[in-house]
Amino acid sequence: MLPRKGVWVFLPLIGFIALAILLASGLGKNTEDLPTALAGKPLPQMQLPSLLRKGNVVDNRLFEGRWTLLNVWATWCPTCHIEHPYLLKLAQRGVAIVGLDYKDEDAAAKNYLANLGNPYVEVPVDASGAYGLNLGVYGAPETYLVSPQGDIVLRHVGEMNERVWQAKFLPLMKEPSDIKLQVEAQ
Amino acid sequence: MRAVGKTLMLLLILLPSLAFSAIDVYQFDSVEHEQRFRGLIEQLRCPKCQNQSISDSDADIAQDMRAQVATMIREGRSNDEIVGYFTERYGDFVNYKPPVNAQTMILWAGPVLVFVIGFVLVLVQIRRAKMLAESKGEDA
Repeated sequence: MLPRKGVWVFLPLIGFIALAILLASGLGKNTEDLPTALAGKPLPQMQLPSLLRKGNVVDNRLFEGRWTLLNVWATWCPTCHIEHPYLLKLAQRGVAIVGLDYKDEDAAAKNYLANLGNPYVEVPVDASGAYGLNLGVYGAPETYLVSPQGDIVLRHVGEMNERVWQAKFLPLMKEPSDIKLQVEAQ
Repeated sequence: MRAVGKTLMLLLILLPSLAFSAIDVYQFDSVEHEQRFRGLIEQLRCPKCQNQSISDSDADIAQDMRAQVATMIREGRSNDEIVGYFTERYGDFVNYKPPVNAQTMILWAGPVLVFVIGFVLVLVQIRRAKMLAESKGEDA
């Protein structure tokens, strides 16, 4: 009887350790980093006015044939200011970035780009946030990687920087035409 | 003077609730629609201020989501369609009633499992105590 009891005595300890491991594995995880449910699906149909080219309508054709970053930004978003210099750097390297101006005012956005530089190949305006909602945006900045076929591959929430670019974006861009980009980035 | 003071006090007390209800008011054709709206905005989770439903949250995105829910209800969409619209875009994360699948199994089965384990442990303990008592009885 007693030797068997000896084993059972450890049960609460084992249970405690198992629970501690389970809970510890959740610590340090960035809870804001939600994977997009649209990964692998086509970019939602876009039909938005262009901020800088008056009268132009931006649609999904803009994303065809090359890897594109879709950066969701606004002048009211502090982190967008922080990542702006890095976006300029990426644009200099030849990365095509489309800047979705999210729930912003046109005049302020034009000012912002005129003063700080424009890293975007095109700036579709989503004043109401309707396109953002359709895309699953829940704040700014968010950056989506769109494949040459026009599919969403990745969503990154928060600041873009060299570390994120190297760790999350580059490994996914495996088309031959992008080898140049990878070499340049190193 | 006193009455004025009391009235003022009452107004002050009511002010926060007035301010809150003024944030957004949605008109529905029927009580049923209104009730479905209340239910859905309690069930949908705000992706920005996590751990709040979109009815609790004052985040921009929560307001947009409430407006979208209201629009879809007016369009005559079912609850499943509306929840589906959001989980398609924001993942199961936005649903406070996650579906039963391999990933959420631990959520649904966890409490039952813990209960069963506890029950078994208690049974074992009772049997052991009984046996101990019996063996003591034999000794005496």
